[in-house]
Amino acid sequence: MQFQLTEDQQMVQKLARDFAEKRLAPSVAERDEKEEFSRELANEMGEMGLTGICFPESYGGAEGDVLSYILAVEELSKIDDGIGITLSATVSLCAWPIYAYGTEEQKQKYLVPLVEGEKLGAFGLTEPNAGTDAAAQQTVAVADGDDYILNGSKIFITNGGEAETYVVFAMTDKSKGTKGITAFIVEKDMPGFSFGKKEHKMGIHTSLTNELVFQNVRLPKENMLGKVGEGFKIAMSTLDGGRIGVAAQALGIAQGALDHAIKYSKERVQFGKPIAQNQALAFMMADMATKIDAARLLVYRAAYLKDQGLPYSKEAAMAKLYASDIAMEVTTDAVQIFGGYGYSREYPVERLMRNAKITQIYEGTNQVQRMVISGSILK
Amino acid sequence: MAVKVKPEECIGCTACVGACPFGAIVMEEGKAFITDACTACGACIDVCPVGAIIREEEEKNIAMNKEDYKGVWVYIEQVGGQARNVGYELLNEGRKLADAMGQELSGVLIGDKVDELTKEIFARGADKIYLVEGKEFTHYSTDAYTITLTDLIQTYKPAVILMGATNDGRDLGPRVACRVGTGLTADCTNLGIDEKTGLVAWTRPAFGGNIMATILCPDHRPQMGTIRPNVFKRSAPDYSRTGEIINVASKVQMSDIRTKLLDLIRVGTESVNLEEAEIIVSGGRGLTKPESFALIEELANVLGGAVGASRAAVDAGWKPALYQVGQTGKTVGPKVYFACGISGAIQHVAGMSSSDIVIAINKDPDAPIFKIANYGIVGDVMEVIPALIDEIKKIKAAG
Amino acid sequence: MDIVVCVKQVPDTTEVRIDPETNTLIRQGVPSIVNPFDKNALEAALQLREKHGGKVTVLSMGPLQTKEALKECLAMGADEAILMSDRAFGGSDTLATSHALAAGIRKMGKVDIILCGKQAIDGDTAQVGPEIAEHLDITQVTYVSKINTVDEQMICVEREHEEGYEVIQAQMPVLLTVVKSINEPRYPTVKGTMKANRKEIPVWTVDDVQVDRDALGLKGSPTQVRRIFTPERRVQGEIMEADTAKEAAAMLVKRLVEVKII
Repeated sequence: MQFQLTEDQQMVQKLARDFAEKRLAPSVAERDEKEEFSRELANEMGEMGLTGICFPESYGGAEGDVLSYILAVEELSKIDDGIGITLSATVSLCAWPIYAYGTEEQKQKYLVPLVEGEKLGAFGLTEPNAGTDAAAQQTVAVADGDDYILNGSKIFITNGGEAETYVVFAMTDKSKGTKGITAFIVEKDMPGFSFGKKEHKMGIHTSLTNELVFQNVRLPKENMLGKVGEGFKIAMSTLDGGRIGVAAQALGIAQGALDHAIKYSKERVQFGKPIAQNQALAFMMADMATKIDAARLLVYRAAYLKDQGLPYSKEAAMAKLYASDIAMEVTTDAVQIFGGYGYSREYPVERLMRNAKITQIYEGTNQVQRMVISGSILK
Repeated sequence: MAVKVKPEECIGCTACVGACPFGAIVMEEGKAFITDACTACGACIDVCPVGAIIREEEEKNIAMNKEDYKGVWVYIEQVGGQARNVGYELLNEGRKLADAMGQELSGVLIGDKVDELTKEIFARGADKIYLVEGKEFTHYSTDAYTITLTDLIQTYKPAVILMGATNDGRDLGPRVACRVGTGLTADCTNLGIDEKTGLVAWTRPAFGGNIMATILCPDHRPQMGTIRPNVFKRSAPDYSRTGEIINVASKVQMSDIRTKLLDLIRVGTESVNLEEAEIIVSGGRGLTKPESFALIEELANVLGGAVGASRAAVDAGWKPALYQVGQTGKTVGPKVYFACGISGAIQHVAGMSSSDIVIAINKDPDAPIFKIANYGIVGDVMEVIPALIDEIKKIKAAG
Repeated sequence: MDIVVCVKQVPDTTEVRIDPETNTLIRQGVPSIVNPFDKNALEAALQLREKHGGKVTVLSMGPLQTKEALKECLAMGADEAILMSDRAFGGSDTLATSHALAAGIRKMGKVDIILCGKQAIDGDTAQVGPEIAEHLDITQVTYVSKINTVDEQMICVEREHEEGYEVIQAQMPVLLTVVKSINEPRYPTVKGTMKANRKEIPVWTVDDVQVDRDALGLKGSPTQVRRIFTPERRVQGEIMEADTAKEAAAMLVKRLVEVKII
């Protein structure tokens, strides 16, 4: 058993860290305050090749592994997890299903620009009445000659409105339930495709979350991803991988909060000594560090299993569940260590605490993760 | 010369490890060990409590006969027939060195039709002037000036050469030092005579201004250095002074010159020439936006001063790099330096610490700039500067 | 076009602090980086290659850890990297360093352009570049802020000067030292980084190059460091204590009039 990163992995980690420190850190507080998504920074991230880490060279990737990509999400998320999730949504939720289920033509047309960072991707599954119950899809795609006509809407879509490429799920046969769902690749500028209201969120302000609206969008059958009725399977396997990305985001948030807490507690003097010298706080940070390390092992293992081609559905669920729960705990404790300043927007831990919450909710609430885990161990 | 640890005397206290500016000392089996990164600076020798670190002399076979080299030279840099102030500053400082060594002080003047400057060079303290004139020297070129200065050195053999650490000085200095095979100390801020050896002690900042290093050139001649403009003062001119002018014929062929000046683009106004300004108003990150620089310009304007900028302001694209003051920008030494919204990082201070009076305006009372300021106002530059402009205008109107 | 970029691995001097108690440098935790001006030089080289084709080789001298810096240069897009590393090079001043680097460049054969940063942020001497040019007897232009045109015979550049800019035409081969404003160095890409990681970096020792051993290291260095000390701090001055900016400004102007500045 190896617990050390390879030299390649360390280099990708350093690259992402440098990018986050030099490019994201200076403006993250301002972008958070203004609820501003920066396409410019997202593009820079693409130019650096962070979107192509774990894809083959033949599609413009760097031929690295999933763990390297997960390390990049973690590093970005330490500083700006809104950009972390922008990356994760593009890679895990859009590029990956096209890579795994797309035809060669679809890969050349849609995957390559995503991998090379020229385009952003998004994933359209959630609807107002189909969240955890993904099978309750109301978006429909009706066959019309060689085409399909798409109608309906999707909500809470990360990168919605900015992404050029969308993997969208729709009912093609209501009578078949989950087996009646089919996946499609939709382009941003297709007639009839528009964007509804931009979501005003508690946190992750530096990412974009939008509503997708489809009114008689005509999709050529070449844009069907996988086969008719395969949509649910594609969605679930995509989310398995996506969960590792969210887990890495949560891990980054937690580590970022602990880093701030350690630095602050060494500098902040009360009663004539740095507050870090109080055992009450020192032990709090010891617990925070231990939880983070436990989460890290779970997250890296899930990525490792995926790299090895082994089953990872349960392990990804565990990683996402645990990392997001401890991210909430650790950020709450970090705010506590900062005291009154922690509650102020002058300091970053307030933002990290707001951002941590979403990791317990999206890409399957933590209740869904428990369903996945219990389903797997009790079968 | 090399620095060595006497292992039998080392007590393993690690004092030297922390004192080494280059991280060149490690502990091996409880004893200090000096690695390849050593530059023989001797910082460890001073801190060793038991004298276990020594400097070991090394045999050198130098063909040079040091006794042949006599006199202190100051290179008088001129642009378009105008001498830069730094030349006169160095004549003043060079005078002290020459007197201490009991030797002559000479000016070296290379240019086209520049003989008018000789009067001023004598008035500023030179005993002798080496003058080389010709069309090939109208504009500075590395090749023509290197050939000429090297020829002068080889013919007249000075012991010491001082040059201004200007862009041209730092272009010419290393080229000449390399051709004559001697040492050159860059960008000095202090000069003296080393008591033990009688050599010139060249002191300069290193590590971004965090430390100072004193450098010697023991076995090679001439001892050469470039010195920052504005760290030394000019002496009052004494026009009764005269001296000997040695006219030397140029040995430069036009074909020797491998570069050609096509154009000279002067930027902005006189205000860019920070090195010569008596009052400088500099702006930094605290201005928060480029438009605010108009305030800095207005303040400079009412004071009749020049505008400068910190690295942060230049990096943000608020001002071109030519305006940058600091370790990697320009070194200035005005009578008054206003630092507005500049925190005072050591790299900035390295470029302006020889100012006579420093005035700091910053909203952070803990900003390091206040540690070196003669006068300070803790407050928002956007409020303080307009108030200052009003007050100064009032005084000027009344006066 | 064959381009050589000379780079130095330096401690990030912006991270260096002085221990107020012992008055010595705190080096712990100070990262080693590629000298920032050398990154500008590399970026200029990469842009030249993109425009005119050719090959970019980065050259450095230093201990084996310097490979890290060279890997970063390869990740940015350099074609080859060579490290000159030998105990015999240790302790070299600028003259000895330039002697060794010039020997390394000679060994490479045909070189059209040598690019260096204007200075290294640890030593700030700005001497190694011009001294390499002298050893190789080629043209130099220092403080270059723009490269206008280049062909096999001539290069036209802009050079920063106290009063503004000079436009200079120089004969090839040429050594240029560049200032920061010449460009914005690119970030290494993931692909570049992984490729760089697999790339062999040859290490040349003193036996691999034609050098005069007496001109290397401490022995070959005319200058010697006599003493290192931390600079004195200026004394704290007077802070205008006032309730409003206006009052403080009035106090300051009054004081400046008293000391005859205004």
